[in-house]
Amino acid sequence: MSAAFLLLSTFLASAVEMVEALTIVLAVGITRGWRSALIGVGCAVVALAVVVALLGPALTRVPLNDLRIVIGVLLLIFGLQWLRKAILRASGYKAQHDEDAIYQRELAEARTADTIVRASVDWYAFTLSFKGVFLEGLEVAFIVLTFGSAQGSVPLAAVGAAAAILVVALAGMLVHAPLSRVPENTMKFVVGVMLTTFGTFWSAEGAGVNWPGSDAAIFGVLAFVALTSLASVAVLRQQRTRFAVAELEL
Amino acid sequence: MRVFKNFGLFWYDFVIGDDRSIAAGVVIALMITAFLAHHDVVAWWLMPLAVVAMLGVSLWRVTRTED
Repeated sequence: MSAAFLLLSTFLASAVEMVEALTIVLAVGITRGWRSALIGVGCAVVALAVVVALLGPALTRVPLNDLRIVIGVLLLIFGLQWLRKAILRASGYKAQHDEDAIYQRELAEARTADTIVRASVDWYAFTLSFKGVFLEGLEVAFIVLTFGSAQGSVPLAAVGAAAAILVVALAGMLVHAPLSRVPENTMKFVVGVMLTTFGTFWSAEGAGVNWPGSDAAIFGVLAFVALTSLASVAVLRQQRTRFAVAELEL
Repeated sequence: MRVFKNFGLFWYDFVIGDDRSIAAGVVIALMITAFLAHHDVVAWWLMPLAVVAMLGVSLWRVTRTED
């Protein structure tokens, strides 16, 4: 069951990040030409591979208990950030992630940006594609490495991520437009809940806690985090509506 | 020197994010959990409660400033 969780978490997290990267690459490729944009993508992929190659083997040498405490803390901090943003978006306190709007903004910026050519490469297109893919991909690499090593299966986590990258890339090639129908905000909410759940479970276990029911306790933590997060959304929505009504009455 | 500083700032921002209190809260909660667990006190309940408390405080701080 943990393997299914691992696959689902890495797939969803990777899909969300790759949809965001695809929007940037599409906007750059269409306005500035595909050559420089794709060179940027290629260089970002190589840079990510170097990061994974350096960190991956190092993580596998750390004893599992120490690893779980470090990874648990990192996942928990990371997961709480995702979850906080997802709750704020779902309750209306933060604007929903809108790929169409981002795409239009990137298109406008790419059209007006100066053209600086170095080594036959449009520097603007290269830099934007590189940054888009590297920064979004770094989050994927982080999740794959931490989840995978704590579960003792980096390859399985990598399969989840690779499947997501493949699906998003294929969809992008077919649609040739930003994937605005992907329920990104919901996916980010689910990933935030999962990262927080695993972070809570592993960090406590690494600190010496014996969970009641052993590994099955993950389901209890998952339900607790999910229900609390949904309740937070409901409370914040009500609060926002109350403030809006009060403002209208003034 | 500036490159190292920027490198450090990037990773700090990447891991810690825009609410430092979450990272601090996680570390403090975990230290208390480890202390209790090593003194044979049942401590599995502490981290989930701490997580909910940290999330609640962080959300309250954001929404308070917006309202």
